[in-house]
Amino acid sequence: MTQPVLKVNQVRKSYGAEVVLEDISFSVPVHTATVFIGSSGSGKSTLLRCINLLDQIDDGSIELDGEDITAVDADVDKVRRKLGIVFQSFNLFPHMKVIDNITLAPMKVQGISKELARENAYKLLDRFGLHDKAENYPDRLSGGQQQRVAIIRSIAVAPRLLLLDEITSALDPVLVNEVLSTVRDLKIEGMTMVLATHEMGFAKQVADEVCFLHHGKILEWGTPTQILEAPQQRETKEFLKRVHEAGRL
Amino acid sequence: MSNEIGRPSESDSGAAPYNFGGEWKPSQLELDRRAARKARNRRNAAIAILSSIVVIGGLALVAVTSPGWKSLSDTFFAWAYGVEVLPKIILGFGTNVALTLIASVCVGIFGLSIALIRTSRSPALAPFRILATVYVDVFRGIPMLLVLLLVGFGIPALRIKGLTNNVLILGTLAVVITYTAYVAEVIRSGILTIHPSQRAAARSLGLSHFQSLRFVVLPQAFRRVTPPLLNDLVALIKDTGLVSILGVTDAVRAAQIASSRSFNYTPYVMAAIIFLLVTIPLTRFTDRTLRRSIERQNATGVA
Repeated sequence: MTQPVLKVNQVRKSYGAEVVLEDISFSVPVHTATVFIGSSGSGKSTLLRCINLLDQIDDGSIELDGEDITAVDADVDKVRRKLGIVFQSFNLFPHMKVIDNITLAPMKVQGISKELARENAYKLLDRFGLHDKAENYPDRLSGGQQQRVAIIRSIAVAPRLLLLDEITSALDPVLVNEVLSTVRDLKIEGMTMVLATHEMGFAKQVADEVCFLHHGKILEWGTPTQILEAPQQRETKEFLKRVHEAGRL
Repeated sequence: MSNEIGRPSESDSGAAPYNFGGEWKPSQLELDRRAARKARNRRNAAIAILSSIVVIGGLALVAVTSPGWKSLSDTFFAWAYGVEVLPKIILGFGTNVALTLIASVCVGIFGLSIALIRTSRSPALAPFRILATVYVDVFRGIPMLLVLLLVGFGIPALRIKGLTNNVLILGTLAVVITYTAYVAEVIRSGILTIHPSQRAAARSLGLSHFQSLRFVVLPQAFRRVTPPLLNDLVALIKDTGLVSILGVTDAVRAAQIASSRSFNYTPYVMAAIIFLLVTIPLTRFTDRTLRRSIERQNATGVA
């Protein structure tokens, strides 16, 4: 059996007295997507921030390609170079053009020449239909376009694992679809991904495994069909019912 | 810029997929509204002019008809004498300009360094953080005149060999010490206004702490603090006049020498005018920069 890209072992995280994640264990094989669903405050985003080392875990360990990235002597910058993360609020750099947003990390982190970085960036923009936006500043783009640029920015450094944190929560339904199709393309190309989302479209169309997170614990996990169509836990059923009522299924 | 969605461009009026208006002409209702607005604007302008004449004219009348006006205008507005001493004052003003240039470069470098130290979190810099905080607290809280006197008369009094007694250098030093404290705080507040998510985005792309500062945080911070920094520059220019108390022959000192010779205060007025000739355009420029930066921040996406 090949080694999983990501292996999370019994991770616990709390903010003060409030336990946000408890006994979280799962692994993500290469070229697969694991989707975390659950209501707001269930700990999805915290989990992704912990994997990206933006937050420190309180117990357990996280392995990336078999290497313990939560070890005391782990090189944070080196770990982050292997991880891409896309945020709910895009977080594009507003003072830089789209093209410069994308080429910054390849040039400064990987040491790629400006010409090559731009060439690669244009290839990615072409592929996702954003070629004509390259010389614009982010605030001239729609939310969906901004989020797709943010995705391109994080895959431009060819990460081993892409973390997508509620990337459609700030978008209206029409724009959700364009971002969704971008993520689906990435999946087809074999990108390994972990997603936290409210959007069941991701769970249905992208996930190999769906985990239902409830009050910081993984209550149920399985294939999309298992979880979305035949949930076993009462909490999962209730959550899906509420999502359904909100018209997001 | 090239694709402004939904806006018809001049060149393709033939195709006109967005030319909703067609043969539109304003209706009588709209024409009446426009005429009414025009009339109202004319009336407002007339009121503004009239009230300006009344207020300013009234004040001028009070001044000119006051019993002391004659002697005041003789001592302060003796223009012929003013023109006579003008070259000396302009020569002195050269010192103010040079001092401003040198000081603003030093203040920029030191102010940025202190702001960076104060916003850093590295444990190795802890003692420097404390020193920087104390420094800013102390020199922001002392009148600059006192700093000038303490530096200008204190340092030579130490009589350490090799230390300068040059009042110009000591004066510049005092100005730099004071303004570094102001500017460091302006830059620091600018750094703090950049949302942590920007730094998180930069760090998660693999950029180091320093690279995140250099390419993401500082460029945005400087855009925000350009107007207050220009404000400080205007203040710095006029505060260079204070070094005259150490005996530096700047514009103020030159005016003082001239007026003590003739017991006429016109040289002071001339010096004031020279300062204004530089500071007013700079202030207008600052206003414009501020307005632009507000516009930029309020700019929203097309779609």
